[in-house]
Amino acid sequence: MRVNLRVWRQAGPDAPGGFETYQAEEVSEEMSFLEMLDMVNEELVVSGGLPITFDHDCREGICGSCGLMINGQAHGPQLGTATCQLHMRTFSDGDTIVIEPWRSSGFPVIQDLAVNRSAFDQIIEAGGFISVATGSAPDANLTLVPKVAADAAMDAAACIGCGACVAACPNGAAQLFTGAKITHLNLLPQGQAERWKRTEQMVDVMDEFFGSCSNMGECTTACPKGIPLEVIAELNRDYVKAQFINRKLTAQD
Amino acid sequence: MGMLRGAIVAGDNVTQIRPKAPSDESTAVSFLLSFYRSQVGRKWIMALSGVAIVGFVFFHMLGNLHLYEPAGPDGVARIDEYAEGLRAIGEPIIPRSGLLWVARIGLLAAFLVHIHAGYSLWWKSRKTRPVRYDADRTWVTASFASRNMVITGTIVLLFIIYHLAHLTWGTVHDDFIPGEVRHNVITGLDNPIVAGWYIVANLALGLHVLHGIWSMFQSLGSTSPRLAAIRTGLATGITALIVLGNLSFPLLVLTGVVS
Repeated sequence: MRVNLRVWRQAGPDAPGGFETYQAEEVSEEMSFLEMLDMVNEELVVSGGLPITFDHDCREGICGSCGLMINGQAHGPQLGTATCQLHMRTFSDGDTIVIEPWRSSGFPVIQDLAVNRSAFDQIIEAGGFISVATGSAPDANLTLVPKVAADAAMDAAACIGCGACVAACPNGAAQLFTGAKITHLNLLPQGQAERWKRTEQMVDVMDEFFGSCSNMGECTTACPKGIPLEVIAELNRDYVKAQFINRKLTAQD
Repeated sequence: MGMLRGAIVAGDNVTQIRPKAPSDESTAVSFLLSFYRSQVGRKWIMALSGVAIVGFVFFHMLGNLHLYEPAGPDGVARIDEYAEGLRAIGEPIIPRSGLLWVARIGLLAAFLVHIHAGYSLWWKSRKTRPVRYDADRTWVTASFASRNMVITGTIVLLFIIYHLAHLTWGTVHDDFIPGEVRHNVITGLDNPIVAGWYIVANLALGLHVLHGIWSMFQSLGSTSPRLAAIRTGLATGITALIVLGNLSFPLLVLTGVVS
């Protein structure tokens, strides 16, 4: 099959960008979307052009590196998968595919389709550490975790930090990501000691980079891991509780 | 960027036992202000003021249904009596219109804070996407109502100002008689353009309230599966009652059913 590509090209973070049109010939339906781009890049290199820059690593949907806005949908039209798990059979012969980087002031473009997602790292860093008892190995099952809490925490922990939630959100909000990180620790006994401090700090850093959630739900649809919208409710609840609890703690000084 | 907050510095994190350094200004006012400054806190305040406003809108609609009640033996329209009754609550212990003014001030505060929170968060979000997507977005989950809150909200805001000038102050009403609510409503809504504006505004209100009620549960941090099961139904039901009730006034007056 043959597809037309309209790709965002931008030489550097401060360089002006624009769309370039490419034709990908002899695309196999079994190719992944990234393999199709690899093929286009090979031809670009042979013809003396600069290859299209895009992030990728594991190519099996678990690292969160790849992420492209494909025809106005984060990670493309197939739901519940990352860009690397999208195959060309999703498209038809002769289709025009518009490929754009994640658009958010929190994710500045590095080059072409690659964006800088260190704002997410800063949110994680703001969460700080969790206290664990070190020393000799604890007895198995010493810390009891209810099955429902373990399951919900695990669902939240499935977040790979790809940034599709921010990209898909009409508000450019990062609530689904931050909510996932907050929920995953706040539901577990191991996360309780620093729960309120962590929640407040992570949300405050999130606030500095990203837009405001208005519960449209587009994030959870774009999420390759299907992180549920409930993590945002969890974030909202714990943030407000943290406001009161943290001030009570400071008042003890 | 890495030095945004003290907490990010590793050494600081280890020694910092208290979540935030105690400040001299840890008063209730500064607490509320800093709460409002955060986007999550602002959404809470937006949701709470939204609850107050939806409550008002619902009871406003219910009260207006007195329009359909036949006049009593004294010939005074029931809705005129109802309007007078609102002013007379608690007399003579409470001065005339006293409670009404308390409610008005509370409502005005709720509206102002809701409007400020709404526009400021919308603006903040807008700024975080300086370059828009070129391709048309394919919306999977985001509903029409949820994507257009700022537009429907603006329509409702403009309508409220018009509605006050029309049926409270009477400044844009041709035949306004203070206290004669039934007369004012019927002569006011007899004009197709005015009635049309009422209909459009109430449809916008319906869209706004539909997503607003649903969203409120999320903003207030409800993770209860029981509430999650009923919240779409609750939002749809309350919206349907408000919109049907409110639309009935211009429609029935315009078609001459009520005259």
